[in-house]
Amino acid sequence: MLTLNNAAKRYLNGYLALDGISLAIGEGEIVGVVGASGCGKSTLLRLLAGIERPTAGDAAFDDAPLLGPRNEIGVVFQEPRLMPWLSVEANVAFGLRHLPAVERSARAAETLERVGLAHFAKSLPRELSGGMAQRVAIARALAARPKVLLLDEPFSALDAFTRLALQEHLLELWSYDRPTFVLVTHDIDEALALADRIVLMKGHPGRIHREFAVDLPRPRSRTAARFLSWKEEVLRELHITAASGRSAVAPRLLRAAV
Amino acid sequence: MPSADNSILRLPGADAPRPAPRVLPRFPAPLGLVLPLIALAAWEFAGARAWLPGNLLPAPTVIVVTLADLAKSGELVDHLLATTIRVAAGFALGIAAATILGALCGAVPLARRLLDPTIQGLKSVPSLAWVPLFILWFGIFETSKVLLIAVGVFFPVYLALAAGIPGVDRKLVEVARVYRYSTAALVRRVLLPAVLPTYFIGLRSGLALGWMFVVAAELMGASQGLGYLLVDGQQTGKPAIIIASIILFAILGKATDVLLAAAAAWALRWQDSFKPQTP
Repeated sequence: MLTLNNAAKRYLNGYLALDGISLAIGEGEIVGVVGASGCGKSTLLRLLAGIERPTAGDAAFDDAPLLGPRNEIGVVFQEPRLMPWLSVEANVAFGLRHLPAVERSARAAETLERVGLAHFAKSLPRELSGGMAQRVAIARALAARPKVLLLDEPFSALDAFTRLALQEHLLELWSYDRPTFVLVTHDIDEALALADRIVLMKGHPGRIHREFAVDLPRPRSRTAARFLSWKEEVLRELHITAASGRSAVAPRLLRAAV
Repeated sequence: MPSADNSILRLPGADAPRPAPRVLPRFPAPLGLVLPLIALAAWEFAGARAWLPGNLLPAPTVIVVTLADLAKSGELVDHLLATTIRVAAGFALGIAAATILGALCGAVPLARRLLDPTIQGLKSVPSLAWVPLFILWFGIFETSKVLLIAVGVFFPVYLALAAGIPGVDRKLVEVARVYRYSTAALVRRVLLPAVLPTYFIGLRSGLALGWMFVVAAELMGASQGLGYLLVDGQQTGKPAIIIASIILFAILGKATDVLLAAAAAWALRWQDSFKPQTP
């Protein structure tokens, strides 16, 4: 339903951020986009969101060219990006401007309920913790009932506990009406725990290096042997050794650097 | 583990609202009044001892009596109203023009390139230089006075918006773009609220200039108003009236600024900012 066809993005300063990207996102799918920072993941997401246009190739939504942001495509950014002067409730209703007021507040209340923050409807963003603010941001995107939700490293600024809780929460939200999710992340565990399919990217310029279908049954255990072997596989592809659980540059690359 | 990780306190299940910081400080001790009170007492003492020339610098009680006489005859209220209405009208006009043009030049690059250089150029004309022209065009009565005040109010407010809006966080603007806000909706729902703190600073500078310009406007010829009282006191050789007018200007200016500051504190209560506690 959301496709990039041989898309490239060259910024005005001449930097080629993405090149030759072909990607088709299917309905109800959770796609994880994984890669080191600076490899063009976020640019890819911005093309899918219609925030930016490819400089070569094209982007399409439901077989029609994607020329700008659309109501059917929701975005959750790395930071919550809440309007600090609006209450939580009004922030959730921010994308519902086209609806009559009664329906707008009903939908905002219903979505807040779903992310478990109904009690905070009247609070201001400054009164929320980082994890709560990000849940409000997710609610804001969900309230518009998008067919596709694009998430740009949505949990990377959060502590490990909150991150785990929110990942589980995201899966619950997904099982509610199974929208399509595209999740950009540099956290391989996160991608493996959530995604049906993982797109591995490498940078300069950003290209799709490999795609995996993750055939692990849900709910997924992060300590199961198959989960760990998948993790090793992904790490190997990214030239990062999984030895002792610590990331390190592959010896081959180190030698090359010396 | 010896070092307890308190990030666990932020698990979604344990969410608790942080107490909102106090918006209104406790009523501060009126320390600022000490100096003026001592000065007043010394002044009165010196006046009573006839150390000061009473025909040039009357004692505070003389000024109070003058004010009371003016108030009794009902003149004072008329003068105060005349001046306040002029400032209010000029302030409203100046704010309206500055808000429209400032928002336009702040949010629309083409408008900025087209209009901003001219406006900045006009800004460097000392505003009092407009007086002869305004009198010639609009006569000596209310129109020219209100316009002069509006000119004074216009520039700080315009500058706050025209310079403030391009500084608004791009990330918030992008959210509005994702939800397909039109430029007008973007200005109203995101850019203006985001620039509100700067806008209020502009409003307060504009208000101060408004009070300054009403004096100029009334000095150039008026039959009512505090500025007229100033001229009248000079021409009839009554320093008490001049000083009383100056004091009234100070009170009016300060009172309106306090009102505006309170309005700002209320409108900006969402701000997550450094709020020093009043000692």
